[in-house]
Amino acid sequence: MSARVWRPPKLIVNPWVRYGLLFMVAVYLVCSLTPELVPLVSLNIDWTRAGQGLPRAADMFSRMFPPDFSRWELLYKGVRESVQMALAASFFGMLLSIPLGLIAARNLVPLPVYLFGRALLGISRTFHEVIIAIFFVKIFGFGPLAGVLTLVVASMSFIGKMLAEDIENMPPGQLEAIKATGASFPKILLYAVQPQMLPRYLGVSIYRLDANIRHSTVVGIVGAGGVGQVLAASFSRYDYDFSLAILITIVVLVFVGEFFSNWVRARLR
Amino acid sequence: MLSITDLVKVYPSGERALGGVNLHIDQPQVVAVIGSSGAGKSTLIRCINRLVEPTSGRVLLKDTDVTTLSRRALRRARRRMGMIFQEYNLVERLTVMENVLSGRLGYVSSWQAYRRKYPPKDISRAFELLKRVGLDGYHNTRADALSGGQRQRVGIARALMQQPDLLLVDEPTASLDPKTARQIMRLLCELAHEQGTPAVVNIHDVHLAQGFADRIVGLADGVIAFDGAADELTPAVLNDIYGEEDWSKTIQKTPADQGKGKNRGTLERESAAG
Amino acid sequence: MTPEDHARKYPDVWKRFTPKETLVRYAWFIGIVFVAIWSLKRLEIPWFYFLDAHEQAADLVTRMVPPYWEFFTDITGPLIETIHIATLGTVITLLFALPIAFLAARNTTPNAATWFVGRFILVTSRSVNTVVWGLIFVAIFGPGPMAGIWSIAARSIGFVGKLIAESIEEIDRGTAEAIEATGASRLQVLMVGVIPQVLPVIYGTVVYRWDINIRESTVLGFVGAGGIGIILYSSINQFAWQEVSVMLIAVFGIVLISELVSATVRKRIT
Repeated sequence: MSARVWRPPKLIVNPWVRYGLLFMVAVYLVCSLTPELVPLVSLNIDWTRAGQGLPRAADMFSRMFPPDFSRWELLYKGVRESVQMALAASFFGMLLSIPLGLIAARNLVPLPVYLFGRALLGISRTFHEVIIAIFFVKIFGFGPLAGVLTLVVASMSFIGKMLAEDIENMPPGQLEAIKATGASFPKILLYAVQPQMLPRYLGVSIYRLDANIRHSTVVGIVGAGGVGQVLAASFSRYDYDFSLAILITIVVLVFVGEFFSNWVRARLR
Repeated sequence: MLSITDLVKVYPSGERALGGVNLHIDQPQVVAVIGSSGAGKSTLIRCINRLVEPTSGRVLLKDTDVTTLSRRALRRARRRMGMIFQEYNLVERLTVMENVLSGRLGYVSSWQAYRRKYPPKDISRAFELLKRVGLDGYHNTRADALSGGQRQRVGIARALMQQPDLLLVDEPTASLDPKTARQIMRLLCELAHEQGTPAVVNIHDVHLAQGFADRIVGLADGVIAFDGAADELTPAVLNDIYGEEDWSKTIQKTPADQGKGKNRGTLERESAAG
Repeated sequence: MTPEDHARKYPDVWKRFTPKETLVRYAWFIGIVFVAIWSLKRLEIPWFYFLDAHEQAADLVTRMVPPYWEFFTDITGPLIETIHIATLGTVITLLFALPIAFLAARNTTPNAATWFVGRFILVTSRSVNTVVWGLIFVAIFGPGPMAGIWSIAARSIGFVGKLIAESIEEIDRGTAEAIEATGASRLQVLMVGVIPQVLPVIYGTVVYRWDINIRESTVLGFVGAGGIGIILYSSINQFAWQEVSVMLIAVFGIVLISELVSATVRKRIT
């Protein structure tokens, strides 16, 4: 009688699939990382240039220290612009998200309106903020307006999606009861939807304000204003000590924003 | 007052919930609709105010044919029909007063509704109703802080706030414990009689139906299998409605002992406890 | 009872809010509107741009159609590169995020100093956007996919690490204790008592982040860190809108597919 063998259970039970996957991962890594091994698939990595990365990084870090806060006025202006962009964008995003959220809730509107609302949500969520920003920069020129509009679009679709999902998850009875009193659509919104949605809506909006502060630092890189624009400029001029000062400021700003958002949300019931 | 003729409802799934229902109520009385789950009780009540769109047939409320109304006229008709639900369906984050006043939504503008500005006579009527259902002093309590029995009392006040010509009541006691269920049923029937409003009450508890209703309608597979007074209910009739079962323990010997509206003192005490 | 009697018996005035509550509510409203207006004013937004914005946008759309479909053959390479950047960046993330998560979780970190280091890495990584990381890594590795891969990893480590650390803190203490009681070493406790419990979270988070990274890697090219973004940026700057529309459709496609793949995989492992 042979001894029974015990092996720990695996996530993927079939050994062929398991080792097949491992093998494929290995093949993928080799193919993609070796230049010109397989046309189209191989990455165009210049390994000699990448090999210089470590000394270059060391050089960069040595030029970063100590961080240079002497141009604090420029930095302050950028940070203020970022925060203002975030505030304005959150405000208008909050307003615009309401109609968007309502038309994307299946239990409130007829099917064609719903599909239109969902399509709007889907398209605006697929494209990265920076792509949207670059379009606004093309239409409105460089500056904070393009940044604000980008963040408005992003906030609108984010809050709108949450709102739509919340409304769809509402217990149907409350809507039915208000409808049965003979109330019209706006009154149903006022008496059944609004009171039930308000706390979550405010919570998500505050979270979005915090997210907008984070994102406002990046839309500037394509010229849409804010501290990101200052950062991109400092990098292109190799002012690495100033760059580090900006980065530290961004980290602090994001930290404060997150803290504020958590504090407010803990107070919302 | 209410006249239902050949009412049919076939759901998109092909399920035939109502197969030609005829029901006429011509005096202020409480009509209990009994029947097993899926017999079409809930569909019947929702076809009357068109929360469910009937497939064919006519529903006459006084002289209005509800089934042919435009959306606007339907809203006008709905405010003449008060509805009470099994799960109370209060808006949980609104106060008791706001929930009760929502019964007047059909009569105020959206702006007034938003500002919570209701005519003084509505507000005084709301206070009166709250006292009547035993919730004196609860007007600023939020609905999610109430017990089940209290919520159903608010639900009753909201429906009566409409000063309806008809009460539609869907399983008012199914989510309540037996004692609260009796209290609610008693309150409901008393108020219906007091206000002279006919009521259609879906109820699966035969005992309660017999104890409180003036008239009983038995629904089986979407058609009416019985229509008569409470004391005409016999085991044979229940067999028709629900199928074979030993009914001797269910049927009440003296249906009149529940005192419809005569024992106010008991009610006040019981409702204060609810 | 006359209406007057009735009114005497039951009050006919009711206010939802006390005067003080009303005041506070209005103060909030006015405060929010004031902040919004203040922020817009200081930004000095040229509002007259809005006058012809709809014409500009319509003009843009007409220039974008019909898409220049032949261009698709030119962008297959960059599209694949975009997916590579996201995938390889996520692989590197997995290698780094796990040990950092163990440092940042209170119940597995050796001491307070290591916990602080772990948390510090996670916070820094999350605070800096992928594109900003892109600027840094382009300066280090020069333009190209290498910089893109590292910037994806740098940003994702914080995201994945934070979620793994949280799930480690929530694991069943008993299991790890039982392993410890057998006399196992610290590493053995991690391998046997902790990792199996958080494995589903690790896989789920990594797949989820991969799908976000696909989206992120479409724009890394704007700062020179490889992928479709480089061509997209240059086409936009040359006003080659018919090429741009092809690329937008392609980006839409791969983002949609990656979302689908990630959702299916996550459904199967949890």
